[in-house]
Amino acid sequence: MKEAHIRWLGLAISGLMLAPVAASAQGVKNYAPVTQERLTNPEPGNWLQYRRTYDGMNYSPLDKINTTNVKNLVPVWTFSTGVNEGHQAPPMVNNGVMFITTPQAQVLALDAKTGDLLWRYKRQLPEDLFQLHPTNRGVGMWQDMLFLATVDHFLVALDAKTGKELWAKPVGDYKKGYYLTLAPQVINGKIIIGTSGGEFGVRGYIAAYDAKTGNQLWRTYTIPGPGEPGHDTWKGDDWKTGGGSAWMTGNYDPATNTAYWGIGNAAPWPGDAHPGDNLYTTSVLALDPDTGKIKHHHQYHHNDSWDWDEVDPPILMDVQRGGRSVKALVHPGRNGYLWTLERTPEGIGFVSGVPYVHQDVFASLDPKTGRPTYNDKTVPKVGKDVTFCPSLWGGKDWASATYSPKTKLLYIPANDNICGRLVGEKKPIVEGQLWLGAELEKLDLSMRDKKVPEYMGELQAWDMNGNKKVWSYKFPTQLFASAMATAGDLVFVGGTSDRYFRAFSAQTGELLWQHRTNSGISGGPTAFEVDGTQYIAVQSGWGVDAQRIQDSLTKLGIPGVNPDVPQGGVVWVFAVK
Amino acid sequence: MGEEGPKTVNDGPGNAACGCVSRCVASDGDGPQSADRRAVLAGALASGVALAVPASALAADPKMTRPQAGDVFVFATGDKARSVIGDADLAVGAPPVLAWPMDPQSKVIRDGSRLNQVLLVRLDTAKLDETTKSRATEGGFVAYSASCTHALCPVTGWHADKRIFHCPCHNSEFDPSIGAKVVFGPAPRPLPALPLKTVDGAPVAAQGFTGKVGAGSA
Repeated sequence: MKEAHIRWLGLAISGLMLAPVAASAQGVKNYAPVTQERLTNPEPGNWLQYRRTYDGMNYSPLDKINTTNVKNLVPVWTFSTGVNEGHQAPPMVNNGVMFITTPQAQVLALDAKTGDLLWRYKRQLPEDLFQLHPTNRGVGMWQDMLFLATVDHFLVALDAKTGKELWAKPVGDYKKGYYLTLAPQVINGKIIIGTSGGEFGVRGYIAAYDAKTGNQLWRTYTIPGPGEPGHDTWKGDDWKTGGGSAWMTGNYDPATNTAYWGIGNAAPWPGDAHPGDNLYTTSVLALDPDTGKIKHHHQYHHNDSWDWDEVDPPILMDVQRGGRSVKALVHPGRNGYLWTLERTPEGIGFVSGVPYVHQDVFASLDPKTGRPTYNDKTVPKVGKDVTFCPSLWGGKDWASATYSPKTKLLYIPANDNICGRLVGEKKPIVEGQLWLGAELEKLDLSMRDKKVPEYMGELQAWDMNGNKKVWSYKFPTQLFASAMATAGDLVFVGGTSDRYFRAFSAQTGELLWQHRTNSGISGGPTAFEVDGTQYIAVQSGWGVDAQRIQDSLTKLGIPGVNPDVPQGGVVWVFAVK
Repeated sequence: MGEEGPKTVNDGPGNAACGCVSRCVASDGDGPQSADRRAVLAGALASGVALAVPASALAADPKMTRPQAGDVFVFATGDKARSVIGDADLAVGAPPVLAWPMDPQSKVIRDGSRLNQVLLVRLDTAKLDETTKSRATEGGFVAYSASCTHALCPVTGWHADKRIFHCPCHNSEFDPSIGAKVVFGPAPRPLPALPLKTVDGAPVAAQGFTGKVGAGSA
């Protein structure tokens, strides 16, 4: 008996030491492979992609939970992830199996109906890995595989049924400030990712990998090199460290086989540190997903000086303008403008740009191209102390807006009246260290007109045909989370430091339901159906930039700020009782 | 544009190597094994081939070894990078400097791991608590790990008015006068201290770090 115990212990120890991942529990039975057809036309009850559909609407066609019964929504199960920091991944569901990712590059498979853990994957991260953004925004799905982009800059393929690691590819060097946080985009067996690291002076890129082999298929830099179109928008060697990260999943138009990706800010922050228009920073790129070739681009604003990443890609929708239907790209920009662009075979055309929050930087827009002119006094420069609105976190940061084809309204989780101060400085780049070009001790938020505003967070509903705001719901402090509209005429969003998860009438903006969670919610909600019952799911786990804004508001002494939002991730799943 | 990725990226035959990378990595833990992991990763990135280097060999790599008693310090960045930090290099109340420990005999700079990076600052000894004073030089030099205990970012910010270290990543703040105690933000514990002594007027490590360097609870 004793010997058997020892042998068992030995096996257990050797198993622990050899196991590449902490896969566990019971695995998945009858897994439904994810095909291109299913990604293009997902079943109403499933959520197979970061924003559910390629058009990026972040919308669920499920309507069993609706304005009439949402008041009876109750939690049916919760699952504590055991991980701190920002849980920004939507709970994604494939035929009753839920996949969530957490900070520290974990993936959990859960029975979506019961909350039973099916398996857990834990990536062992390097001991010297620093994490500016300790988060992850979800998996990509293809056939019976899952794909995870990690903070130590690997792309990992997992067996969706067991969590077993199939391959792990080093994509670049985390020691130089490259890292990955996005949910991979999957198109026809190509796994497309984009890098983070603009704050470390990386040269951004988007790359595709073969799902089966993990081989790189193409890599397109977001900053053109010598001889490439757009390189002349940079001076000297600035392009080598110019930022242009691409850290949010793109959207996709299957009809034209075009992927649309948003590109981040230029590095370092002050524009006079990198003179020129700085293509393709703060732009949207139209890419051929087969080759990585840039088909077209549109730059929202040139020579970025405000850290206004425009990484959130535009939503693909049809809008009526000037008596005609426009195949539009709609983007509530971090720069505080709501952009409507037109996608055509010839290029990306400008349709309109209007501020959706207070913005004091743009003096005008060219009516033909949308190119802004700037108010010089709100343009950060080296050696200047400048305040501008909105703050570096923008009118809306990375979080997803949502569009309901039923109400034909766009819903934007916005922040208004929050401005920022930036004192530009010139510093040599040091590998692996923040390279912001700003005096860190003077990097503050401030309130518009230096007074406590009536509101900061604002859930806005826009009629994109009339290009008009039709309702809004205001919050006393920030709103920092993705929103989801459903065919039940509901809009779900968390994002406030009071830890509430809320549902609004999509038609009127009336608050219909709210439930307090363990922490704050910054990730996106999802809707799914199992055995005829509709569920709503979300991860609650405050951290990263939501926490940073919270810290800044706390230091400003803004009343109503909850300075201590507890951390720790929990998956919440709700249904009507 | 198209494919012009760095040739270091592991393509084609790297499949098997990558499988090995993740497998080798997974068995690493704290301590000397981590050197193994780092080297394996570096190898994979540099050549696309992962070589299993014995942990014992790398544990002995002096560049990777944590600061040792007797180590002097060199500037990590700036015009004086890699030159030894002496008494005259840092004034009381001046911003901290990022430094690497260096073995004064072999002249090996221990820059093989970011976790060896140190914050050196000079403070008014009258304002130090007893523990911090016991770790300081007579001239007021104190040293701490530069790796934030929250998410391992280099702690490069400095509030001169309050003499507080500030981590720019997530706003954690540490007071070097009281053992780098956390005074704001999400860091779960103080920065580990590196007790000092004075040799020929220069700050020298008196022993190793007082606690575990790295993120998370001790």
